Amino acid sequence: MFAPGEMVRVKDAWPEATGPVHIRTPYYVCGVTGEVVRHLGDFSNPEDLAFARPAEKRPLYHVRFRKGAIWPEAKPDDELLIEIFEHWLERP
Amino acid sequence: MNILEADSDRLLAAVRAVLEQKGIVSTPEIHARIASTDAASPGQGARMVAKAWVDPDYRELLLEDGTRAAEALGIRMRGMPPLGVLENTPEVHNLVVCTLCSCYPRAVLGYPPFWYKSAAYRARAIRDPRELLASEWKTVIPESVKLRVVDSTADYRWMVLPQRPDGTEGWDEEKLAGIVRAGDMIGVTVPMV
Repeated sequence: MFAPGEMVRVKDAWPEATGPVHIRTPYYVCGVTGEVVRHLGDFSNPEDLAFARPAEKRPLYHVRFRKGAIWPEAKPDDELLIEIFEHWLERP
Repeated sequence: MNILEADSDRLLAAVRAVLEQKGIVSTPEIHARIASTDAASPGQGARMVAKAWVDPDYRELLLEDGTRAAEALGIRMRGMPPLGVLENTPEVHNLVVCTLCSCYPRAVLGYPPFWYKSAAYRARAIRDPRELLASEWKTVIPESVKLRVVDSTADYRWMVLPQRPDGTEGWDEEKLAGIVRAGDMIGVTVPMV
């Protein structure tokens, strides 16, 4: 589990390369470091759920990213707030 | 039989019959869901916003648990994804988008506007949201205000609690609800008097 305020990096993973999955992590944020805002609850893993496979409940977090960490030309302090499942997050 | 070529009404009737036989979903449940989907409109969200503007306890509930706040006003949330509400303040303006598909807080705002699902809105909202809001809606977010783009990617649905505009002092809830539009509750516009 991650605590609010903890820094996390989104894994630069490509599970679709090894089989059918339904990914709810946007590509533009892969490999980017952000900050956990809060744990939103535990929800069935969409990667399995969408293919009618047994889907474990996984923690879902709201994670905040500085806009400038993704698009350098953006106003750097603007931010993105994204729901990301725990298995996509790692400690940077 | 190729189901892609089957008559759609007959196909639907067959699927519904199988779902009913297997005890997965009954006809009354389908009718109840159709009724709640049709009843959902921006007017529901507007009632929640107006109440939050006049009732501090309700505002607290709305920001803590949008689903319970909707149910408190008689809005049917059973079977709907959890609702989260983010507050606009003098420091932060929230904009909601779903870059992966078209997630929208339908339970409280009804059907999304057609452009919400467009590739153009979804791409511009994350890449250059200030330009998008200014050029398409004349919504200019001051440089001193942080723009927070909420990408609705998973199991929640997100709604914005806009700021109450000046010039509405002494208004009752019904009159306040009358100025709140769908766009105000996803952050493409702000309520105006």
